[in-house]
Amino acid sequence: MDWYPLFNSLRIAAISTAVIFFLGIFAAYYVAKLPRLVKGVLDVVLTLPLVLPPTVVGYFLLRLLGPKRVLGMWFLEVLDTRLTMVWYSAIFASAVVAFPLMYRTARGAFESFDTTLAYAGRTLGKSNTWIFWRVMMPCCKQGIIAGTVLSFARALGEYGATAMIAGYTPGRTATISTTVYQLWRTGNDEEAMKWVLVNLAISTVVLLAVNMLERRDRAPRRSAAAPEGGSA
Amino acid sequence: MLEVDIRKKLGHFQLDVAFSAPADQVTGILGASGCGKSLTLKCIAGIERPDEGRITLDGQVLFDSAQRVDLTPQRRQVGYLFQNYALFPNMTVEQNIAVGIRDRRGRRETLERLIRAFRLEGNQKKYPRQLSGGQQQRVALARILASRPRALLLDEPFSALDSGLRRQMELELAERLEEFGGAVLFVTHSREEVCHLCREVCVLHQGRSHPKVPTEELFRAPATLAACQLAGWENISPLRVLPSGEVEAEAWGITLPLAGQMGEDITHLGLKAAALRPAEPEEPGAFSARVERVFPEERGTLAVLSPPRGKLYLRLPPGVEVAPGQEMFLAAPSEAVRLLRRG
Repeated sequence: MDWYPLFNSLRIAAISTAVIFFLGIFAAYYVAKLPRLVKGVLDVVLTLPLVLPPTVVGYFLLRLLGPKRVLGMWFLEVLDTRLTMVWYSAIFASAVVAFPLMYRTARGAFESFDTTLAYAGRTLGKSNTWIFWRVMMPCCKQGIIAGTVLSFARALGEYGATAMIAGYTPGRTATISTTVYQLWRTGNDEEAMKWVLVNLAISTVVLLAVNMLERRDRAPRRSAAAPEGGSA
Repeated sequence: MLEVDIRKKLGHFQLDVAFSAPADQVTGILGASGCGKSLTLKCIAGIERPDEGRITLDGQVLFDSAQRVDLTPQRRQVGYLFQNYALFPNMTVEQNIAVGIRDRRGRRETLERLIRAFRLEGNQKKYPRQLSGGQQQRVALARILASRPRALLLDEPFSALDSGLRRQMELELAERLEEFGGAVLFVTHSREEVCHLCREVCVLHQGRSHPKVPTEELFRAPATLAACQLAGWENISPLRVLPSGEVEAEAWGITLPLAGQMGEDITHLGLKAAALRPAEPEEPGAFSARVERVFPEERGTLAVLSPPRGKLYLRLPPGVEVAPGQEMFLAAPSEAVRLLRRG
């Protein structure tokens, strides 16, 4: 069995998750601070890829990155780099599709963050950067990890936009999901089943991980109403 | 000396406060919830920005809308004790306190000194959630004092504690505040806390501050309706001046003798439950009322009475007994009837 699709899928998912991690947190942090109207509009724009059919996302990406389009042409002429129909094209697709998951979970975590902690840090003379990395991120750790894992899972399972922008070339742009479709289309049911099982296994592990993280997040903390034993 | 004179509009809420808090003493800000107490503290700390006005601390301008001065919270050196203490949950007691220490040199010594001073020995490696409410408050205060603030803002510091623990922590806090030396602003809705801790108090009502008065005066002779309610006077009624020169307490349908100067802006009168006393029927100004209920208190009893209208509270010393259903005559000494301005 040729394991290239697994390798390619993992590589694409890992790179897009790494990109989304920073972009998602950055967007969540700044959008949470904006005035309500701007926030509402931006929120819709940033969440759209989650609800749009992946083919629509693929269409937009092709309009932007295709060899005859603005960005695609510039890359081709200036950097001599194709942006479509190569293995890394799928990164654009999976990053755009999975981005809302990271953004929304991070924003949820930031919004439930107790802002008085940030105020306390500022009145104690600490910079906003210090507060972000040393207080806010550790406090929102669970949510951010959950968002990262979910985005990774979504990026790994990306099919629609990937098929449009990267196509299916065995040994080059093939991912698990495009391989399953290709195998089934050509009547290779047995091989297709194998890849389905691989995919099921990965997704199950990922979801288990998310559940465990959420359970740890909700685990009861030691009550603050402990007896005032240490007072004397 | 902390001097504050600011205005800020938030939706329909209008904050308009002006007061000063001298160094080396605790100044109280007393107000019901939602009156703008926390917002005032946030403006002083630099977390919220007033629309206009001026805040100075020991002569240094922290905020001045006319001069366009607005120091960041980091540069104001104003310590803020939050209602929930705002300890960092991801850090131990030690780490939390160390956050406040500004000088790198002597960090270890300062930390150990504070741990000892705040009786936190043995808890250095614990996380805030593993501490009792009282210990959490000590850690928060130690962390603030570690940052060497020039003024302290205390936002309802006892509201998160069990009532049994409150008095004990009040005494402890009073002692520490005496050592502090700078201006301390103490915000609360509890008259007991003001009474125990503050030398002077400023009533804050619906976003407006009243002139500061000595604490003793607030309880003895409140000047406004809001102050009278916050001071815990039990009997308050709108009033009407009668041609005879007496006043009618409209809530109770009785007339009372008038003491003091009747001004245009006087709208209510206040009468302490303890100032009301049983009287003979023929006594001038006596009125009758029926005892509805009797509540035993730590010392004596509190009786709920039905005068012609509404409800009146009467506090009786130990040894004086009344029974529900009993009709009795009462009188209010004219000096006990307090005339109140609206606001």
